[in-house]
Amino acid sequence: MTSSDLNWDAVVIGGGHNGLVAAATLAKSGRKVLVLEAGNEVGGAARTEEFAPGFRVSAVAHLLNRLHPDVVKTLELERHGLTVGRGDFVPSVALSKDGPLVLHGAYGEVLTGASTSEQSAWKELRAQLLRYAGVLKPFLSRRPPDLGSMSLAEMTGLGQTALALKRLGKEDMRDFLRVLLMNVYDLLDEQLSDDRLKGLLAFDATLGSHLGPRSPTSLLGLYYRLAGEIGGLAGAQMQPKGGMGAVVAAIRAAAEKAGVSIRPASPVARVIVEKGRAVGVVTQNGETLRARTVVSAVNPATTILDLVGPREVDTGFVRKVRNIRMKGDAAKLHLALDRPPQFSGVDAAGHKGRLVIAPSPDHVERAFNPSKYGAFSPEPVMEITLPSLADPSLAPSGACVLSAVVQYAPYALKEGWVAGKPRFLKAIMAQLEAYAPGIGATVRHAEVLTPADIEARYRMPGGHWHHGELQADQMLMSRPVSGWSGYDTPLEGLFLAGAGSHPGGGISGAPGLNAARRIIAMRA
Amino acid sequence: MNRHAKINSARTADQSHFRTLRLGTPFQPRIDALGLKQDWYNWAGYRAPHSLWDEELEYFAIRSQAALFDISPMTKYRIEGPDAEAYLDRVTLRDVTRLKPGRVHYTAWCDDEGFVLDDGTLFRLSPTRFRLCSQERHLPWLLDSAIGYKVSVEEETEAVAGLALQGPTSFAILRDAGFAGVERLKVFDLAEFAHEGGTVTISRTGFTGDLGYELFVPADKALSLWDRLMAAGELRGIRAIGYTALNRARLEAGLIVANADFTTAEHAIRADRLRMPDEIGLGFMIDPDKGHFNGRRAILEARAKKKLRHVLVGLEIEGNIPAEHAIVYYRKSQEIGLVSAAMWSPMAKRNIALASLRRPYGETIVDDLWVEIYAMRELQYQKLMKKAKVVPRPFIKLDRRTANPPADF
Repeated sequence: MTSSDLNWDAVVIGGGHNGLVAAATLAKSGRKVLVLEAGNEVGGAARTEEFAPGFRVSAVAHLLNRLHPDVVKTLELERHGLTVGRGDFVPSVALSKDGPLVLHGAYGEVLTGASTSEQSAWKELRAQLLRYAGVLKPFLSRRPPDLGSMSLAEMTGLGQTALALKRLGKEDMRDFLRVLLMNVYDLLDEQLSDDRLKGLLAFDATLGSHLGPRSPTSLLGLYYRLAGEIGGLAGAQMQPKGGMGAVVAAIRAAAEKAGVSIRPASPVARVIVEKGRAVGVVTQNGETLRARTVVSAVNPATTILDLVGPREVDTGFVRKVRNIRMKGDAAKLHLALDRPPQFSGVDAAGHKGRLVIAPSPDHVERAFNPSKYGAFSPEPVMEITLPSLADPSLAPSGACVLSAVVQYAPYALKEGWVAGKPRFLKAIMAQLEAYAPGIGATVRHAEVLTPADIEARYRMPGGHWHHGELQADQMLMSRPVSGWSGYDTPLEGLFLAGAGSHPGGGISGAPGLNAARRIIAMRA
Repeated sequence: MNRHAKINSARTADQSHFRTLRLGTPFQPRIDALGLKQDWYNWAGYRAPHSLWDEELEYFAIRSQAALFDISPMTKYRIEGPDAEAYLDRVTLRDVTRLKPGRVHYTAWCDDEGFVLDDGTLFRLSPTRFRLCSQERHLPWLLDSAIGYKVSVEEETEAVAGLALQGPTSFAILRDAGFAGVERLKVFDLAEFAHEGGTVTISRTGFTGDLGYELFVPADKALSLWDRLMAAGELRGIRAIGYTALNRARLEAGLIVANADFTTAEHAIRADRLRMPDEIGLGFMIDPDKGHFNGRRAILEARAKKKLRHVLVGLEIEGNIPAEHAIVYYRKSQEIGLVSAAMWSPMAKRNIALASLRRPYGETIVDDLWVEIYAMRELQYQKLMKKAKVVPRPFIKLDRRTANPPADF
């Protein structure tokens, strides 16, 4: 150990994108920061990885739609290689036997493939969804209000939200409150009639959570999605060149520029606690690293139950942490294809976009049903991207990469994933074959990451990419647990900075940024 | 027989507890025989006597003879395992690493917010085995607290019967009953003694401020233990007593009772009824230098930020009318608290009380305190405004409680 190791201002556990954002932000404030990453590469679930010889893919997260503008600005990510242009935005294509329907621009600024009346209904609903998501947006980005003792800044923030609510006007405000905790299925039925469009929206609302479209509060998921923005456009989405790993590379470059030291292959064994204060960490190699502040950007349950240990915190807190629901219900599919597939009726631009198999809200609901009882969907729903079409570097010449998020795939599959995985892949391939005939024959290699695989490979308990269900009871002031939603913990000097904290998962950097800001504000 | 009838009769059999709304303790046959007044109350689901034959004489049995009080309804947990010490050190306030095997200490435990869940006594039966006795039931809390420890927690309230033998002749009775070596027990010591082919755990502890012992025995040996003590104590004035007498003795000793002098955190409905240890006179239990314990962060923060709102004090009140549940005033006008227990103390020859006051009253402002006593006199209240003085607890201190060897009265 060198003498400089003795006095880190902050040690960040976990080099996922949130850990790196937190580290970079802290370093920019003049702190001496060390990031300890368990894997050989930083980036966590946002890495770009080779899954078959010559084929690379965004490991878990494959679409960029909510990287927080403050993160881009604070870390000057554009100077570090992140480029977002209007031309990078990709459409969403709702696949259907009746022909596809396409949402162009930022979440369907233009809708094609639907009737005129449906187009005008969508125009209205889209505007309303974005308006309401806009009210929630500040809530879903800032530190949640501290109910115990609210600072002036927090009061002002809440006031702004109240003002935004008021600006909606009386009718709209009433309607906002009416629909807030509704299920997405019923809301769509109120306003739309095209099953393909409703299916797509039902899918987006429930993506990544253990909810069906008819489950109460499922609409919140859609608001969460639409509260995200990229390139200043709410609801927009893009596939970063080089995969999600390129975004991580930009964040990493910003962190290193700010002076952050990064150590890969350094899993942390435990957090050192002295008299109620976190004072450092011990790595699994047995190295002790002391720091003024310990920032954990790994899962909150892992942090408290494994790294800190239940003995150093109160019983009630242990209870709350153990009760965080985090059993993933989504799988990731990677296909190495001999050649680009042809999805029926979809044009070239559509193939470069997001292709969604969710032909109706009922279909999504039926796909969800078995997962409640520990079985996967026999006809799974999924969002598909073909990243190598826009970025040929991801696949050998002429070949193609298919990346898909597939639901529903319950973490605790009754039959077990060893037996279940091949059967699930078969079910997925049957769906793909129906929409892209002939695709099966071109598969050179297939990789399915079940929640169990995601858990093992990316150290995400339950294989849940949000590090905790993103539902009403686990959001805002209740994330990760009630009473401790502001990134601090009952242990002085220990902060949480991962997706398990507010606002949640997705490649946003918001938890990491907020945590760092909190630490800076506390002068910790 | 039809299926539903079968199910119903099975259910009825399973629900037989409905037929016994108050349980009896293992000593019930003896207590029923002595309970001439049939004056029962509900102690944690058990039928316990307020008084058996005469409240006054039962009280004086504690102070002048020996009183036998059934403490079986007290909640008891058996806590055992290699991590039992570390576990209890985290759950409870006092430093368990300093509690030696064969010793007992009075302690309390708090929730995350530092509010007192209960107080009780912790018996260290061996390096790895403890018994925790308390007023309320806490199994879910104790089990959840055990996450991360190699320890087992079992409720043994029904399996273990308990007796308190309190009063000046209590030692002599135990000696005469043949518990050889009991004279070696100092205050808060415990030891095991042979009884009927099994063992009885005797500790020099009690709730009276007097010389006294507590005895724990498997339920099936309860009656023979009772008979053994009664026989040995016949010429030394042993008497079975009820709670009213014990309650007076404990007040003289300055001891508090959960849900009488403070509301336990899990029972309190109103947010301002919760109490931190410092607010009920248990601040002495807190050791910031020991390892982590439940509520530590909140308690130390409340101390540092001066957020403690209440204080529990002993009061001496002029006159001789007990000030039970009287309102406490500052300058006869400003309401500052409530008396939770009060009596004319025959031992102290003073009118004493325990009261919870709103700080800074009772803390820095201790002069010009008054209590308003409503004395019912033939269907009319006589309202008495009496001067009260904050005095240290205990209200009485008896040398015989701690004398070694214990006196042979």
